[in-house]
Amino acid sequence: MATNTVPGPGQPRTLVGKAAFEVDDRLIVAGPVRRTLNKVFPDHWSFLLGEIALYAFVMLLLSGTYLTFFYDASMKEVVYGGSYTALRGVDMSAAYQSTLDISFDVRGGLFIRQMHHWAALLFVAAIVVHLLRIFFTGAYRRPRETNWFIGVALLVLAMLEGFAGYTLPDDLLSGTGLRIFSAVFLSIPVIGTWVYFTVFGGEFPGELIIGRLYILHVLIIPAVLLALIALHLLILVKQKHTQFPGAGRTEHNVVGNRLFPTFAAKATGLLFIVFGVLAALGGLVQINPIWQMGPYNPSQVSAGSQPDWYIGFVDGGSRIFPPWEIDLWGYHIPPVLWGALGIPGVMFTALALYPFIERKLTGDTASHHLLQRPRDVPVRTSLGMMALTAYLVLFISGGNDVVADKLDISLNAMTWAGRIGFLVLPPIAYWATYRICLGLEQHDREVLEHGIETGVIRRLPSGEFIEVHQPLGPVDEHGHGTLAYGGASVPKKMNQVGGARRAIRGFFKPIEEPAAVQREAELEARGLESEQAARQLTSSGRPSEGGRPSEGGRPSEGGKPQQEPRA
Amino acid sequence: MTAIHERPGSGGGSDEPGQLHGGPDDDYTPEQLQALDRTELNRLGARYDGVEVLHVEPVAPIGSALDKKNTRLVTLWFGLAGLFALAFVVIFLGSGWFLPSWEWEIGGTTWSSIYTPLVGATMGLSLICVGIALVLYVKKLLPHETAVQDKHDGSHFDRVTTGATLMSGLDASGLPRRKLLVGVLGMMSLAFGAMLVSLLGGFIKNPNKGNPLGTTPWAEGIRLLRDDGTPIRPGDQQAGSLATVFPAVEGGDKAYDAAVMLIRLRPEQLQTLEPAAGREDFGYGDYVAYSKVCTHAGCPVSLYEQETSRILCPCHQSQFDVTQGARPVFGPATRSLPQLPIALDSEGYFVARGDFPEPIGPSFWNIGRLN
Repeated sequence: MATNTVPGPGQPRTLVGKAAFEVDDRLIVAGPVRRTLNKVFPDHWSFLLGEIALYAFVMLLLSGTYLTFFYDASMKEVVYGGSYTALRGVDMSAAYQSTLDISFDVRGGLFIRQMHHWAALLFVAAIVVHLLRIFFTGAYRRPRETNWFIGVALLVLAMLEGFAGYTLPDDLLSGTGLRIFSAVFLSIPVIGTWVYFTVFGGEFPGELIIGRLYILHVLIIPAVLLALIALHLLILVKQKHTQFPGAGRTEHNVVGNRLFPTFAAKATGLLFIVFGVLAALGGLVQINPIWQMGPYNPSQVSAGSQPDWYIGFVDGGSRIFPPWEIDLWGYHIPPVLWGALGIPGVMFTALALYPFIERKLTGDTASHHLLQRPRDVPVRTSLGMMALTAYLVLFISGGNDVVADKLDISLNAMTWAGRIGFLVLPPIAYWATYRICLGLEQHDREVLEHGIETGVIRRLPSGEFIEVHQPLGPVDEHGHGTLAYGGASVPKKMNQVGGARRAIRGFFKPIEEPAAVQREAELEARGLESEQAARQLTSSGRPSEGGRPSEGGRPSEGGKPQQEPRA
Repeated sequence: MTAIHERPGSGGGSDEPGQLHGGPDDDYTPEQLQALDRTELNRLGARYDGVEVLHVEPVAPIGSALDKKNTRLVTLWFGLAGLFALAFVVIFLGSGWFLPSWEWEIGGTTWSSIYTPLVGATMGLSLICVGIALVLYVKKLLPHETAVQDKHDGSHFDRVTTGATLMSGLDASGLPRRKLLVGVLGMMSLAFGAMLVSLLGGFIKNPNKGNPLGTTPWAEGIRLLRDDGTPIRPGDQQAGSLATVFPAVEGGDKAYDAAVMLIRLRPEQLQTLEPAAGREDFGYGDYVAYSKVCTHAGCPVSLYEQETSRILCPCHQSQFDVTQGARPVFGPATRSLPQLPIALDSEGYFVARGDFPEPIGPSFWNIGRLN
């Protein structure tokens, strides 16, 4: 009998172990699982932005599925008889009625609906901020152009998905947005009227559009989003994450935490926090109160009608574009085309092609796994700030009536401010960013050469006063630092190099003994703290230095002075 | 035998089990592995995956005051998460059972108006507490490990052998030699693709059939009705006011292209009235009627500022001057609001004298070419 026999060497003894062996006997997954668990992820707060977008998407799938059980994507006309008395007896579409029912007659329905809407807003916002991080740190460079491209596609799809979603309630606000969309279709040269009739199945609004948007919103676009997100992550895992330069970090390694348990626990924690924030927003902060304006009616509109934030810049473009209609022998190209399709079209095309444009202009075709600090690539950073400024002008112009109303400014003045601002502010932003980048770069090198300002003033025997500087590393015979800039952050305060102990903890009164903190600091000097300090103090982790981590947490010394070429 | 045949999976026709998948089982016998402790095995596996653990900062020793404090902290957050989750269940399901009803109505109970906020707050706090607990767990209770993993470049061997495998497939197919077959395949693919794409034809509607874009429900003799369905006589409206009117046809008040603004001008507006050329007789007395659909993006223009005679579209702020044939005076709109010719019928009610003379609403490609 097998009972009580001692298992052979390496044989499992526990129940879980035996089960695991059984599974591996069948699937042979121990190797891949171990490789996955051992995968190293670099650690930086800005690497969490994409994760936030991912978790918001998961929340969208969950809450959206819940809503489909109650929503009726039909434009059939009904008379409202639900529990919101202000609209009782009003003619409306079944879609609007079912959205009202979700809000008033389904237990927790309003909570889920609002959570879904907040998740959509966060999803696009997190994608945008993630994209900015990728852009300003140069993470899209070879070999990651494909993932950049997928990311831009995800952003566009997320915006379309959001638009389709907030049109579904078929209330006055969303109907007005749909009407504007129909004008955008109509504005397309040559085929505009055909596109318009094809989309709506005839004249606006018809009886089909809500059903069509629904299937786009719940099946087609989410399926594409899901596939692209999966591809995005697969490529990320395959290519490994980028990292900021630092001690021991090279183009050929990744320094950080293993997936299991540290990274997995942190990522799960973030997932719960994102979900929690969305749930709290969904319950506590009202969003899109669809019952306030009533059902869609083409002859009615409300002042201050605003789309969701991510469509705002399209609206702004339509608002500030001058009334220039091209008339070619009776064939018209209306200004809506330029404001609502032209500007976003140029923006997303430029965004998608940027990695290729930059590669062409700089001639940099090498693979890069180390990120750049924005200041070290002033041209790119300035271009990014320029584009961002133009975007912000459009975004603010999208709400120019609200701004004019709240700040008591003339509406026409706001429109003109948008028109002029769109042309004038971006170049100013470019120039200012460029100067700031150069200044920051210069200051980094100044600190590396002369050391950190200590705030200690010393009087020399000659009577001269000087400020004592703390060199960051070895100095030459003139007292100048010999550390080269390595693309990593340079400490500029004494605290950052251990010049001061950490503050004693305690909110109202100290909860620890200063002596204990001192002891702790002494202990930590041999631990992670000094490791971090070393990371900041070393010249670089570039492959030219062999790419090995510095030993024993001591600052690596020397390093050939090297000037980073500017993009 | 060459080295190639010693690779795994090249056992030829033998019925012996091959090497186990993956790991270097030849290098490490079960006995050797058993002699290693768990940490050593963990590190060994990691090394095999190209991962080196550089540094582990241990946590506070088990049983120490700091460890107890940290454990208490993490436990507290998990506990809080559980309490909030419980509160959620009680509020969510208990409402309308042993708690007041959650169903909200205008002027309803306080409980029904704080139900959704409470539900959101409890679930949100519960989830956030789990998140905080997990983050604290990593920060306070897990050893801080710094690991480094090597990145690998593509292998030349893989590229060459994969390329050869693919190309030998192509060679075997003989396609490069069979020119006619390839040609027909190409043509077939085009036709095949066209077949699939042509299914979209079911969506296509002709926008030029019956001139739907150039016509509206308005026609000669159709009365102007208010939204409550009553007809209008001159004098029903105050001077300087605006009324939205609809054609007296089935579904006229729901049609997207039919809404009209009937405006009674003030005497001082009449003095500066400059109707568009050829449309001097479109109004009736001090009344003028314009399409309510903005010529920019199709929103209903509805904000009428009678002091300046301007109509503002709230969507993109186009402004039209009603004393000048509703010509656009500011904003992105380029065309005047089309004017509806009006007159009185035999009973003295306002009627249309015909449809709008031009298409209403946003511009499109062939707008100037519609008859």
